[in-house]
Amino acid sequence: MSTFFSKASRGLLIGALALGFLAAWALLHAESQLEILFLGVIVFAVVGASRYLGLASPLGASASANPRLLGLGCIAGVLILLGLFHDEHFALLLLATVLIYSVACLGLNVQFGYAGIVNFAGAAFFGIGSYTAAMLALHSGVPDLLAILIAGFVAAALGSLLILPVLRTRGHYAALVTIAFGILFRTFMEVNDSFGGPQGLRIPSMTLLGIDLGESLEWGDSEISFYANFVILALILCTTAFWLVRRLERSWLGVAMDMVRTDEISASVFGVRIARTKVMAFVFGNFLIGVAGASYGLMTGYVAPNNFTFGDSLILVSIVILGGIGNPWGIIPAVAIVMILPEKLQSIQEYRFLLYGLLVIAILLFRPQGLLPRTVRQFFPGRPS
Amino acid sequence: MKPLLQTRGLTMRFGGLTALDALDLDIAPQEILALLGPNGSGKTTCFNVITGLYKASAGSVRFGGEDLSGCAPQTVYSHGITRTFQRLRLSLPLTVFDNVVIGNTRNLDESLWFNLFRRAAFKRQHGEMVERVHQLLKTFNVGLADKLWEPAINLSMLDRRRVEICRALISEPRLLLLDEPSAGMTHDETNELMDDILKVRQSVAPFAIALIEHEMNLIQRISERCVVLNYGKKIAEGPYADIIQDPQVQVAYLGKE
Repeated sequence: MSTFFSKASRGLLIGALALGFLAAWALLHAESQLEILFLGVIVFAVVGASRYLGLASPLGASASANPRLLGLGCIAGVLILLGLFHDEHFALLLLATVLIYSVACLGLNVQFGYAGIVNFAGAAFFGIGSYTAAMLALHSGVPDLLAILIAGFVAAALGSLLILPVLRTRGHYAALVTIAFGILFRTFMEVNDSFGGPQGLRIPSMTLLGIDLGESLEWGDSEISFYANFVILALILCTTAFWLVRRLERSWLGVAMDMVRTDEISASVFGVRIARTKVMAFVFGNFLIGVAGASYGLMTGYVAPNNFTFGDSLILVSIVILGGIGNPWGIIPAVAIVMILPEKLQSIQEYRFLLYGLLVIAILLFRPQGLLPRTVRQFFPGRPS
Repeated sequence: MKPLLQTRGLTMRFGGLTALDALDLDIAPQEILALLGPNGSGKTTCFNVITGLYKASAGSVRFGGEDLSGCAPQTVYSHGITRTFQRLRLSLPLTVFDNVVIGNTRNLDESLWFNLFRRAAFKRQHGEMVERVHQLLKTFNVGLADKLWEPAINLSMLDRRRVEICRALISEPRLLLLDEPSAGMTHDETNELMDDILKVRQSVAPFAIALIEHEMNLIQRISERCVVLNYGKKIAEGPYADIIQDPQVQVAYLGKE
């Protein structure tokens, strides 16, 4: 009996993964806003129908009971998408962008969703990562892969300076401190000529073990877009980041961070070192954001201060809220919506942001806890507890 | 016998208000002490100063022979003083297990390396903690043990208070400070709760309890000694039967004729 149930629940999860994959394929494939509208209606209808049929909660239970299946399913989905769109630059660029931004938002999720530190300077740390990678690629012989790691450490180190005033302030004031830092960073990059000033810097194309990732590949008689390289790189980074964040969540540190977020007083009375926990979350998050920024810069081959505005920071925060604060799984669909939708609605020009804004408001109005709300912590799934 | 906790001249001023005025308080090891006094007499302030949430304006706190004056709450905790709050302070979105296990911070390995990369060792420690929390909940109240993985928000008021007390007990403290455990509960519930606490106390090395309480029945039943505060000053001290005869205490509670 129980094996039947576990098989049925696994089947349900596989079905949901397949539908998710189809939606992702259609979103990348769609060209006109009519197709997007159609896709939106279908997704809405399918989600509505599955809730009506009472499939939502068994699906959620299945997802938390089979995390490995879920993870491998997502990785397989990305690889299949890579195969299907292998010669389309734009689709692969979007795919890689979604994966890279997921890394950054995972970082924000640790800061904001776990430890409760608001960070409205996400784009600045992203920028620090990009600029570090750019400067290393231009002025040193450091291998690009190492440069990505160094960029993460630089973002984390600069973040640990910012955490000092953040720790001394609370709530809105802490948010203001991070906003100020974001603006400071952008202005500094604009006026400082050694970082390229307002025009920014061009980054030479990335090489990995002697292979130029900026070159398209031939495979038989079909050409593979060079963005495929970056999709694979981004997939590896995203999987690693995801794995780290999930482990962090399911650890004593994860409990301590949640405790600090929900009640600092009782956390301190039971020995949780508040400052240490916050610093850890902030530094960990900024490391991921910096890594994401470096990979994005190396992929697009260009950094400029204009890409790291307060508005960009807000977009990062809105992704975390949209996905469901504190749930890493929610980030992926949220990034897909936020990064791909405006690109697909190019033809209606400026109105696309209006439409996008309306969509975000609608989601938050009807589902304020986000697309995939966080569930309670399960340390080791499948363990009889 | 040497006292476990000893405060001398403990004073707490908030601007012009003196909430705690040169308090000398002794608690013996394994003693159950009731802290009485009308509203605003400084009882909770006393707990907050002892646990390090407030920095005393003057005076000293010694615990088990060590000076804890002006220490951070984390240091006070690590010496073995835990507490509950008058208004419950549980993290409602977290599970009962999460809420209780954090009370055992001093026995948890909180290093980044251990938590992220030594998963086999972590899993072992986690298994031990699940066992321990489960055992404590079960000793405390059989029904509560089944709710180990429920979010605290699903629990009744009584269960939430039980969980808070379990959080204070899991690290096996030497002194437990209970801040009005009867607040918001019925007679019977309060009695049940205190019986549970005493039951747990018998099953481990008996710890000292300092209790802020208004329920006279409860105080009479379990306290060994009472200290009465008024306007931050100690006005009486002794067994329950004596202090209720004390004219000063009667004035503080009932006013002058």
